[in-house]
Amino acid sequence: MLDAAILGAVLASIVAAATILLLASLGELVAERAGTLNLGVEGMMIVGAAVGYATAYGSGSLILGTIAAVLAGAALSLVFAGLAIWLAANQVASGLATTILGLGIAGLIGSPFVGTRLDAAPALYIPGLSDLPLIGRVVFGQDAFVYLSLILLGVVAYGLARTRTGLVLRAVGESHVAAHALGHPVRKIRTLAVMFGGACAGLAGAQLSLSYTPFWASDMTAGRGWIALALVVFSAWKPMWLLAGAYLFGAVSILQLHVQGFGLGIPSQLLSALPYLATVGALVVISALKRGQGAPASLGVPFVPDR
Amino acid sequence: MRKILSLAAALAAGLVLAGGVGTQAQAQEKLKVGFVYIGPVGDFGWTYQHDQGRKAIEKEFGDKVETTYVENVPEGPDAERVIEQLARAGNKLIFTTSFGYMEPTLKVAKRHPKVMFEHATGYKRDKNVSTYNSKFHEGRYILGQIAAKTSKTGTIGYIASFPIPEVISGINSLMLGAQSVNPDAKVKIVWVNSWFDPAKEADAAKALIDQGADVISQHTDSPAAMQAAEARGVKAFGQASDMIAFGPKAQLTSIVDNWSPYYIKRVKDVLDGTWTSTDTWAGMGDGEVVMAPYTNMPDDVKAMAEATEAKIKSGELNPFKGPIYNQDGKLVVKEGEVLPNGDILSMNWYVKGIDDKVPGK
Repeated sequence: MLDAAILGAVLASIVAAATILLLASLGELVAERAGTLNLGVEGMMIVGAAVGYATAYGSGSLILGTIAAVLAGAALSLVFAGLAIWLAANQVASGLATTILGLGIAGLIGSPFVGTRLDAAPALYIPGLSDLPLIGRVVFGQDAFVYLSLILLGVVAYGLARTRTGLVLRAVGESHVAAHALGHPVRKIRTLAVMFGGACAGLAGAQLSLSYTPFWASDMTAGRGWIALALVVFSAWKPMWLLAGAYLFGAVSILQLHVQGFGLGIPSQLLSALPYLATVGALVVISALKRGQGAPASLGVPFVPDR
Repeated sequence: MRKILSLAAALAAGLVLAGGVGTQAQAQEKLKVGFVYIGPVGDFGWTYQHDQGRKAIEKEFGDKVETTYVENVPEGPDAERVIEQLARAGNKLIFTTSFGYMEPTLKVAKRHPKVMFEHATGYKRDKNVSTYNSKFHEGRYILGQIAAKTSKTGTIGYIASFPIPEVISGINSLMLGAQSVNPDAKVKIVWVNSWFDPAKEADAAKALIDQGADVISQHTDSPAAMQAAEARGVKAFGQASDMIAFGPKAQLTSIVDNWSPYYIKRVKDVLDGTWTSTDTWAGMGDGEVVMAPYTNMPDDVKAMAEATEAKIKSGELNPFKGPIYNQDGKLVVKEGEVLPNGDILSMNWYVKGIDDKVPGK
């Protein structure tokens, strides 16, 4: 029923669907490893999508649009950082406020662009390689966002585990008091981690409005920021498990559509819930296998330095 | 100190109140019309089209009216609060534009007997509550005919939102249209369980195309599926708005919701003092369901579509005219009869030839 070309196309869809989640959750993972729980992912993502689209539409350059989206996501994350890190406000409330603010700002920025469209970000094409059956389009025929997400994943995974910067960042997340006593600027480090999270969420938004569905519509992220947040928790704050979770979620969410198309008679409501069930199930199992790898100890706790 | 502060606060509050009353008195001469929207006005779909209707009112009546809208109002208790606020703010005519606003609208209407309410897609009315809806399924019959004629694979893809009667009657109408020109036409249905999730709609379109559908129809609100069809080189139908900009080579036509004629008529009724509670279910003949220009198809298909459109408008053709069989092969509508409106509005079964189960049945 499925020949190689179709299977290749399906796999390519899965990779694209997973990339949005991977980009957004990678950034949040870094912020959370530094001890800040930023529930503003959805807001930073949609602002990235709106600013990215507006810039790309105005300038005609997808690269400029992407850069603008990254900067916009980082800028909105500063609102959260200011409230939650520097004013030591409740992180959950600050994060929710950031999401609500982001949805509003994005709707405002995007309103002149409703009903317009862009040409999608071009996919890579390497003569020969991209034409390989099955893996050609999946490995050598994606757009820049996919490769960027994998590079970022490598950088984050390596950076957190093997570099001094990563060690300090983790120390701040585990015990901000101890890190502070050692002379590390806890709040500055957290702010930078949150900004990285915002930048990644903005990048995910840019993938959505410049590549995946290259147009602007209010609320077009449709809750993907929340899924990214959940993936971070379920992956037990491990970059490589995040990769597995994002791709599993992407795979099940695409495959359930195909199952429906074949008309197997499985209720569509159940199929729509499958990506969530499968991801939760798989990640719970892997977290259970490696016990004692819980949340960063200072996650969500505001830090107020005593002089 | 504290006393002075509270005094100042009281004074300020008094000033604000006085200001509020002042503007209200000034606005008395104008008819204030309020709108409650389920989505953002920027969705380029359902809410966008209702807002076009609101703009049409402003254009038609100019200084005589003043319109307000509240967007992104969730169905439920929040809706009641918003509708109540609009009523208290002096709006004399309030349009509530989503099915789930039915009970909140009725509740508020009881408390404000002098305010007139218009509820879209509902079925409960009151002395000061009207209901209105459009026969979108009439347009889908034409889509079915066009799809069956243009498809090379004989498979039409259908992106469906929720298994409610409006969506199911749309699928059936499209299938009946398709069968009228190709008895072997197939419809592949994918439910996305969402009205608005562009990325998921695009994924669904790609999945349908990968499975051999070469004409994509949708009952979801964003132009994502149209764009996906354009990128893959297949044809598609737009929904709610004309989506030709998103599929210059892909769009065959779009079913456009045009609320303006109804909205203008109802505002005029209020201004003339002739408004009464009514139940309106208008269709293509009334100009509420409009077909976008027929594009990207051969001339004979276009001629067929135009002929069918004319027949539906004149009332000569009813998509749900018998004989119609259900999936089990049972005769539901006898030859020469048409399905009553009430049965269309509560439809929960598929016509013969659809290879899918109604979800939840």
